[in-house]
Amino acid sequence: MSHVGVERTATGVPNRKLGIWLFLASECMFFGALIATYLVYQGQSLVGPYPEDLFNIPLTTVSTFVLLMSSLAMVLAVSASQRQDMRGTRIWLGVTAGMGLIFLGFQAYEYAHFIQAGLTLSVNLFGSTFYVLTGIHGTHVLIGVVWLLSLLVHTLRPLDWSRRALDIEIAGLYWHFVDVVWIVIFTVIYLLGVGG
Amino acid sequence: MATHDEVYQGIRSGFALPRPQSTTGFWSWVTTVDHKRIGIMYFVTSIFFFLVGGIEALFIRAQLFAPNLNLISADRFNQLFTMHGTTMVFLAVMPLSAAFFNYLLPLMLGARDVAFPRLNAFSYWMYLFGGIFINLGWFVEAVPAVGWFGYANLTSTTYTPGLATDYWALGLQILGIGTLVSGFNFIVTILNMRAPGMTLMKMPVFAWTTLVTSFLIIFSFPSVTVGLLLLTFDRLFGANFFEVAANADVVLWQHLFWIFGHPEVYILILPAMGIVSEILPTFARKPLFGYSVMVFSTMLIGFMGFMVWSHHMFTVGLGPVVNSIFSLATMAIAIPTGVKIFNWISTLWGGSIRFRTPLLFALGFIFMFMIGGLSGVMHSSAPSNAQQQDTYFVVAHFHYVLIGGAIFALFAGIYYWFPKVTGRLMNETLGKLNFILMFIGFNVTFFPMHFLGLMGMPRRIYTYGPELGLTFWNQVSTVGAFILAVGVAVFLVNLAVSLRRGEIAAADPWDARTLEWMTSNPPPVYNFAEIPVVSARDEFWARKYEGVAARESAAAHENSGERGIHLPGNSYFPILMAAGITIFSLGLLYHAAVTFTGLAITVLSLFGWAFEGVGGTIVYPEGEAR
Amino acid sequence: MVGNMKRYRHAAVASALLSLFGAGAAHAQAPQSVFAPAGPVARTQGELLSLTLYIAIGIFVVVGSILLYTVIRFRERPGDPIPKQIQGNTTLEVIWTVIPIVILTVIAVPTVRDSFNLASPPTDDVLEVRVIGHQWWWEFEYPQLGLVTANELKIPVGKVVHLTLESNDVIHSFWVPRLAGKMDVVPNRVNSMWLVAEESGIFYGQCAEYCGTSHANMRLRVIAQPAEEFEAWVAARRSVEALAFADDLAARGKEIFESTGSCWACHTVDGTAADGRVGPDLTDFGSRTTLAAGMLPNTPENLAAWLRDPQAVKPGALMPRLNLSDADIEALTAFLHSLL
Repeated sequence: MSHVGVERTATGVPNRKLGIWLFLASECMFFGALIATYLVYQGQSLVGPYPEDLFNIPLTTVSTFVLLMSSLAMVLAVSASQRQDMRGTRIWLGVTAGMGLIFLGFQAYEYAHFIQAGLTLSVNLFGSTFYVLTGIHGTHVLIGVVWLLSLLVHTLRPLDWSRRALDIEIAGLYWHFVDVVWIVIFTVIYLLGVGG
Repeated sequence: MATHDEVYQGIRSGFALPRPQSTTGFWSWVTTVDHKRIGIMYFVTSIFFFLVGGIEALFIRAQLFAPNLNLISADRFNQLFTMHGTTMVFLAVMPLSAAFFNYLLPLMLGARDVAFPRLNAFSYWMYLFGGIFINLGWFVEAVPAVGWFGYANLTSTTYTPGLATDYWALGLQILGIGTLVSGFNFIVTILNMRAPGMTLMKMPVFAWTTLVTSFLIIFSFPSVTVGLLLLTFDRLFGANFFEVAANADVVLWQHLFWIFGHPEVYILILPAMGIVSEILPTFARKPLFGYSVMVFSTMLIGFMGFMVWSHHMFTVGLGPVVNSIFSLATMAIAIPTGVKIFNWISTLWGGSIRFRTPLLFALGFIFMFMIGGLSGVMHSSAPSNAQQQDTYFVVAHFHYVLIGGAIFALFAGIYYWFPKVTGRLMNETLGKLNFILMFIGFNVTFFPMHFLGLMGMPRRIYTYGPELGLTFWNQVSTVGAFILAVGVAVFLVNLAVSLRRGEIAAADPWDARTLEWMTSNPPPVYNFAEIPVVSARDEFWARKYEGVAARESAAAHENSGERGIHLPGNSYFPILMAAGITIFSLGLLYHAAVTFTGLAITVLSLFGWAFEGVGGTIVYPEGEAR
Repeated sequence: MVGNMKRYRHAAVASALLSLFGAGAAHAQAPQSVFAPAGPVARTQGELLSLTLYIAIGIFVVVGSILLYTVIRFRERPGDPIPKQIQGNTTLEVIWTVIPIVILTVIAVPTVRDSFNLASPPTDDVLEVRVIGHQWWWEFEYPQLGLVTANELKIPVGKVVHLTLESNDVIHSFWVPRLAGKMDVVPNRVNSMWLVAEESGIFYGQCAEYCGTSHANMRLRVIAQPAEEFEAWVAARRSVEALAFADDLAARGKEIFESTGSCWACHTVDGTAADGRVGPDLTDFGSRTTLAAGMLPNTPENLAAWLRDPQAVKPGALMPRLNLSDADIEALTAFLHSLL
């Protein structure tokens, strides 16, 4: 097994890291198409509820802030793993995942509130575009949380730090991406969407 | 710490399956991660679906043999052209190209495997299961009849109730995931796994076209993924993305589809161009003319392929400004494409051309791709396109590109690399007969479609009246289709005969130029006992004729025969995860319990996959006593 | 009709040019040929099409000949030395990049010009027609005249006809090749196009966007008449009064047509109680040349077959099978064919 992990690549970038960058590039197109769909249908709903009836900007700002801070925690986890600081790695992975869960909690609360107010997937174009876009983003967050928790389990076995640090760095890239996508969604849909 | 380790081992063993050990027999293929075996599986499966799509085409041609025929019903006809298009694009031509990527790229790059062998297996299983899924409708009378392009709102539950359209949408989604994954895999493989000394500009052109194709895949597929996702939400959960009553804009689907759909055309044709760019130099015994221009034009075609999608929508009513812009962009693509043709001709010019079957197919490719390309330029003019759009003229055009172009080039590639894969040559006499029948059959089938289109025959009509004067050319076309079918039958016979009794191939049967011919036929499981160090573009040729000595390097030794070669371990998880996703999709159509079962299999496989690790064994090349 | 024959000969000539490979072009008796334009829109589009076609054929002949010459001239001969290993030539690359640019400019200029010209139709003295696509038939409404008809569009020769296109269900595409290239008919959108028929005659067309089961049977006719004939038709249509029949059979047909749960629920016939809007307006049904959206000649036998079982005639047809008795069918046929 001595050859596993020793990876000579022509570019010098490890295969998995290059792979995740390509995946995220592809995801840009994916979310781009979803956000474009939202924008095409913005203001086109024939019946309510409309965004301005429902959006609670202060509340969503809080959840956005939590997700933003989770990126900071993620940076600290990556940095700890690179310093081979096992305890720090575990703590910050846990904090990142926890903040992701809090964000999901806010989203669940928001969905429950919206549904109560009559916004379903089927009621109008706003309902369809809103739930599908934010739901797919939320699914990304959920996958990220599961991924981070799995890495936490992995760190219980303190072998091969260089490989482990790469694992965490790759998860970090994904996490930051999902975070950035939310910033775009929050800006375009919540902040600009209601005013316009 | 020990307790932590125990916890870890406990969790890990929860997901564990014994690592598959067999190296021969059924299970060794099911669990394989060897790019060569995966390539062979892609090949066999895609040829199977090519035949299925071909049989569908024969039914279509039979029904159109005469006016007002009733061989098959209107609905059946609509199902047949839907499945013919879907099958040929997604289940035949693309995966046949993937067979070449898989088998050849690591060999051409001087690598031992692709970057992610297990993901590679996963891609194949997604392809197989997706192909089966999309064809399941035939067995439960739920065959899609929405066209391969599935324009909304015909795809809504109002106009196509039942499960047929769901099978189509979810099946494409499964195929799409597999394709995306292989896109990532091949980009990383090409960028990262090249042999020492092989700079990007020393790669074979086939590697370049694969690289650009893979980039097209990862940037274009998300668009149709979103389109299909929205459609599925509409159909299964009552969303409104394409519901006219909710004020939806059905043209949104067309944008999402064609932003994928036009790059898809290049996804189909660029690998073919790469194959031809490998074959012409070998049989002319000259290097590819204008290598760097060929590389640059490939990139340009790939890039511009994203800026022309609306030329599929010239009659949607987007207005003269949009139509003019997309007309001009489409015309511009003709320039790098034309450059390729001239470079191929110049490669032949001054050569010593050997007329073996691979070369014949490659020449056939150039001629017919020219016709398809030129009729493509004709479509680019929006005002005159109003007379061509959705007619048989377009049908003629893209079959010239996809059969005359892609399929002929892929057949050239099969004849060329068959000895590499099997150690035997394909029969030359049958090969030439195969070529002649396919060339004649193809042109007799599709050239008249130009006339039919200009005589006003729209696409996708299951019948036509005698008063339209379309009968004669339709009859010619149908006869041609059966000649083409005989040509394909000869190919199958040749394949079977040559596999068993073909002439044993020499190590370098074509006097070739590139790395894949520097190892045995078929190659050992580790490809190269020692990774070659590259110093020339046509390394093998340079070593044979230009006295370029094999270079040594420390890097090449790192994973060389002397020290043992690491081979990744086989795994159950790729097929399990693909099965999980397929079961999940099936559940969406039938029962939530099935959906959750599928989801559980998927998630468990993912964990199993992660905890299993690459694994593998160390092997020593034969002849070395260890 | 003489004019038509002349046009067909044009089509034959154009097709002959196409069939460079010697195929028989005598079969160009095609009433939907794009090379037999009978109006300015189709002519402009056809001329551009011809231009690109000739250029394409020219390029293919030249480049194809060079390729053919190359493979014959440089075929392997015994004792060939190893060819000179030429890597490329910059001058040549520049030349064969520039030449296509020049050729494409020749196509690009008229493309853009015609795109804009065709998008701005003449505006005075136009006949407005609202075209509504249905699965699988066409509804034509003349808003200026207050008339509605189906599947056969009557227009006056020489007059600019402005069409606005809407769909009642899925996407269709309106195409009458000899008059104008196609334009899609898209739900939730209103598209427009225009055409002029320069000669009288019957111009064939059909739906060009796949729209479901009977897409192939969604055909139409444009009937261009001299202005006075058209005016006469309009006048007759507008002066329809309460219909009364001397003929017993037709009178009984009208009764059935108007009876409960019957034809009137979906169809309109001016001068009767029938005012349904789901199916085609049948007010002048007897004067139509075809039945079931251009599928069949409008004969009593065909009409009877249609009434007996619409789906047997036209797969997927949305008109229900009414289980009419033979006697009822006979009466309805007489009634419908009396509607002129």
